[in-house]
Order: sequence, then structure tokens, then C-alpha cells
Amino acid sequence: MTAKTDKRLFDQVPDAQGRFGEYGGKFVAETLMSALKELEELYYRLKDDPEFQRELDEDLSDYVGRPSPLYEARRLSDEVGGARIYLKREDLNHTGAHKVNNTVGQALLAKHMGKKRVIAETGAGQHGVATATIAARLGLECEVFMGEEDVRRQALNVYRMKLLGATVVPVTSGSRTLKDAMNEAMRDWVTHVDDTFYIIGTVAGPHPYPLLVRDFQCVIGREARAQCLQKTGRLPDALVACVGGGSNAIGLFHPFLADDSVAMYGVEAGGHGVATGEHAAPLNAGSPGVLHGNRTYLMQDEAGQIRETHSISAGLDYPGVGPEHAWLKDIGRVNYVAANDDEALAAFHRLTRVEGIMPALESSHAVAYACELAAGMTPEETIIVNLSGRGDKDIHTVAELDGIEF
Amino acid sequence: MSRIDDRLGQLAEQGRKALITYVVAGDPGVDETVDLLHALVAAGVDVLELGVPFSDPMAEGPVIQLGHERALANGITLSRVLDIVATFRREDQDTPLLLMGYANPVAYMGYAEFADAASRAGVDALLTVDIPPEEAQPVTQQLQRVGMNTIFLVAPTTPDERIAAIAEQASGFIYCVSLKGVTGAGHLDIQSVKTLVGRIKQASALPVAVGFGIRDGASARAIATAADGVVVGSALIDVVTRTLAEGGSWPQARSAAVQLIEEIRSGLD
Repeated sequence: MTAKTDKRLFDQVPDAQGRFGEYGGKFVAETLMSALKELEELYYRLKDDPEFQRELDEDLSDYVGRPSPLYEARRLSDEVGGARIYLKREDLNHTGAHKVNNTVGQALLAKHMGKKRVIAETGAGQHGVATATIAARLGLECEVFMGEEDVRRQALNVYRMKLLGATVVPVTSGSRTLKDAMNEAMRDWVTHVDDTFYIIGTVAGPHPYPLLVRDFQCVIGREARAQCLQKTGRLPDALVACVGGGSNAIGLFHPFLADDSVAMYGVEAGGHGVATGEHAAPLNAGSPGVLHGNRTYLMQDEAGQIRETHSISAGLDYPGVGPEHAWLKDIGRVNYVAANDDEALAAFHRLTRVEGIMPALESSHAVAYACELAAGMTPEETIIVNLSGRGDKDIHTVAELDGIEF
Repeated sequence: MSRIDDRLGQLAEQGRKALITYVVAGDPGVDETVDLLHALVAAGVDVLELGVPFSDPMAEGPVIQLGHERALANGITLSRVLDIVATFRREDQDTPLLLMGYANPVAYMGYAEFADAASRAGVDALLTVDIPPEEAQPVTQQLQRVGMNTIFLVAPTTPDERIAAIAEQASGFIYCVSLKGVTGAGHLDIQSVKTLVGRIKQASALPVAVGFGIRDGASARAIATAADGVVVGSALIDVVTRTLAEGGSWPQARSAAVQLIEEIRSGLD
């Protein structure tokens, strides 16, 4: 992108049909169409309502603990020997990840709709924990759908959700991971559509979810932009964030999209390597299709069946990606790359040892790529990495890989 | 006029209700599916609905989900589903047959390619659960080009103005979802189904078939007082699966299916 991009290009999506170019839309069963329309109308009415914004801002500051710091990782930057690396500390939010920015927003919408029950799908458990947390605070009934495989991998978060009063439903269909949890949440929503609000955790799903989750997560990028200008006197040269469904990435990227000088890198889960086929990198190695309510890039076989994915991190173990990312890939605004399991694991250890910050395995993918990127840049340049979550939940996984038993 | 239009028209003239059955293509096997389709027709089924297995069948209850999983384990793809239809058509050129499935396998094949291949195989209509009318134009156009019907769902949550919009794009019949829930759910409320069918009839002259939660002659008869036909899926798959799980042979499973269908048929007539 050489010419100055018209900011309006990025504000025009999604259109009235919920489309980002040829992606997005509303591909759901008829039973849900009215609920989506109701949510859409409510959201368009509230999003510019000063009273709603005041409520949201108050939750974000007093409950979530925003703004999150922009931290210069000096020792890491020195060790890498290139661009200066800044970490956007979403790991310091209440509940330990960026997910809560969105759940407080959607819970406010649920409250305005008078819904008494919320449901959510979760992979790593961070979105489930964030949903259970806000449900506890608002006194809402909460059920979280989680693949049986993830229940095993993320036992700590499962117990956290139970402590918060939520019911965790292990999902035993299909590949027993995040995509199957989302199927099951959809089935529950169809059955309880009158009294239940479905809090989707990522920028995927049918319109208006990709829009409203993006809007709620954009607080990350708005803060980072102001903090970077204040600390360095200029915009960053590059942004790096991990991409599963893509909510932390879109939250960081979106407020910078019209800043042509800012390069952007979305890091997908390379698993055992993109060439092996065992990964969760649809933007790197997938093709367009329809899943979970939207048209987007998917990992699918030659018969249009959704393929099983692999990633060391449960939160990235998803065969699709938000439709806005699909569009940003096609127009060339964001570069989508991949980091493998072992690279993410090495970055987990590195950041922990060099900065005393233990990143989530999801965020470790972004750290891994940022280090590689920084090494080829100059010390006058800066990179902002979205440190989307903290790694406490992954200690068991890491210990298991290191052969340590508790 | 499609086979569906013809058959439903004849039934209306005779004052009879349509019995529509759903099975998953390739569950428990390809030969068994073809055999079962013929047996269902012989037992009095008017329209066959064949499920296209998908890895993520979001609208299905547990019984049909497992059917999709078994079919996928048998290597069933959309192309092989069309082969099954073509095989069935060698002996039966009269019974209307529609495919019910999800968007992605059809989109991946390509709507135009699908329409051509499906029409060649002898498919009469397509129902894609996750393509509402707002997203349906590209596929509906292709189906129309080859003379196939597009079946749409109307749900208890569908307001009147949406029913009118759905009716404009629909052909063949309108599939009325009896309840808020997944296939095979157990909370059928006859009175609210009657109200919903009444609302659909206000907006469309197409026949209305009701599905989800119909499991025996009694529930079929009750529903049929308000509708032009009923769809039976989970109950049918359940009886086949249970017979096989209990060690029954395929002929035993098939006769259990036939027995259920005959009971429902006599409930309707």
C-alpha cells in the first residue's frame, strides 16, 4: 500500500448484510434469524448511545482494570538485537486475557435485552472464564460449552469456571475441540433462543457478531496507538498478534488500518508445520467456505468437510477465522504468517526468563514471530506485540511437554 | 413441474397427507441406504429426504449427528451422495427425492456444478439448513436453471414479514420447523404448530410439511390435521440404529424401519 488509504474503506465494512467483501454474512438456521436481527438492531441503536458507552467505559476501567500498559520489553529487544519490542499487556486484565473486553460488552447487551441466561463456547477456557466472571457479577445463569479434549488440556480453567458458578458442558461430538463446542452452543441457542444470550468469544459467527466483537476489542488498538505516540512520539512500524478466530488481532489492528506506514502481521498456529497439514492456519493454507454462520477461510478437505486442526494452544485450535481477517488478507492490508508449536513454546520460555512475563501459549505465537521480525529491523523501529493473555493456564501443558509431573 | 410438485399435487387432490422421511446418505452403508430408500417407498413414503453428511451438523440432535459421523467414517462425500441417488433412480424414477444438508459441501463443489450433477443424478430439490433466504440467491438461481426446487425452513421464531419473503423464494413445499430446537427434540406443542402453519398458509399457496419431533403415528396424525405433510427423521434413524446396536441384522433393521413407517402411514391416512 503506497498511497494514503481512505480510512472510510475500513469503516464501510461490514455492510448492511454483514459482509466484509465476499466474506461474513449470516449463514444460520432460520430459527436464529430473528434473534440475530434483534441483536443487530439493538447494537446499532446502542453503539453510539452515550449512556451505553459510559456504562461500558466504567466497566472497562473499574472492573477490567483498563487501560492496560504498553510495556517496552528492553531485555528481550536487546537480546533480539533489532527493532524495539513493546508488549500490549492484555494479560494484566481481570481474568488474564483480552477476552473480557468483549464479554463485558456483550453482557451489557444481554442486560439491555433482559436475558437471564448466557452461554459461551470456549477453547483454552479464557473466554469461558471471562463469560462466567461477568455472569457471576450480573447474576446471570451461565453455561459454557467446551470440547472434551480441551476440558482435559485446560483443567485449571474448567475449575475456575465452576468456582464462578458456571456449568461447564463437555462436548463429545466431532473432534471434541473449539469448533464442536461452537456447534453445541449453537444447538443450545436454537433451543433456548427466547431467554438466552449467546456470548461469542471471537470475531467469527454470523453478523452482527464479527462487528460487535471487533468494536468491543478495538479498545486495545485505540489505547496502544495513544500510548505509542506518547512514549515514542510516533506510530509503531509493525503490529504483531496471534490469530485463532482473530479477536485480539482485530482489536489491535483495526484502529491502525488506515495508517499505511504501520505493517501488520497476524500469526496463525503452524502446529507441527504448515507443510505437514497438522496446523490451525486457514489463512495460510485454507480456502474460502461457510462455517458457523459466516463465509471465511477454512481448513477443509476436497469434499468440503471441515478438517481437524492441531495446535499446542487450545485457543488457536480452530479451523476457521473471522471474516474481516479473510478480507484483510485478500486486499493485502495484513500479512498472515505462522509460528509452529516448538517456536511458540520456545518464545513462552524466552519471555518468561528474559522479562519475567509468562505469556499464554496463544500469545507466545505472536512473541515468536515478533522476535524473528525484529531481528531484521533497526533499533530506530518499533513493534507492538499484543500479549493477549497470561500463561498460568498453560503451566500444565508446558510441564507435560517438559516431562514434569506434579 | 418437478416430481415434488406432481406428487404433492396428486396427494392434495386425493385429500391425503404427505409422508416425508429423512435418512443420512451412507449410514450405515451405501448399499443399505439404497435398499432402505426402496423399502421406505414400498411402505408408503411419498417424498424421500436424503441427508448429506457434514462434519459440523449444527442443527441436528444427537441421533442424526451420529448418523453424519458414521456416514463420514464410511467416506461419504457429496459426490458419493449423488451416486447413491443415481443408483436409486435406476429402479425408481417416480418418487420425489430431495437433499438436505449444510452450505459448505455444496458451496465447495460450486452451486452451478452441483445443480448440473444433482439434476443428472435425479435429485429434485435442495434444502440447506444454514442458507437463509438472505444468502440463498446464488444457489436458488442455479437450482432454477436445472428445474430443481429450493426448500426453505420456517421456524416458530419467524415473523410474518419474513414468512412472506421466504415464500417468494421457496418452491416445492415449505418446511415448517415445529419447535425451537434441534432435530429429534422432544417438546412438540401441537397447538403452536397449528398456529404457525396457519401463518404460513396466509403467505403462501405452497404445501406445508412439518418436521422436528414427530416420532409415531399419533404425533404424525395430530400434526397432519394442520399441515399437508410430516417429516420423520430422528425416530426412523433411531429405530434402525438401535436394532443394529442390539445385534440385529440389516434385514431386521430394515423391517423395524418399515414397521415404524407403516404405523405412521396408517396414523396419517
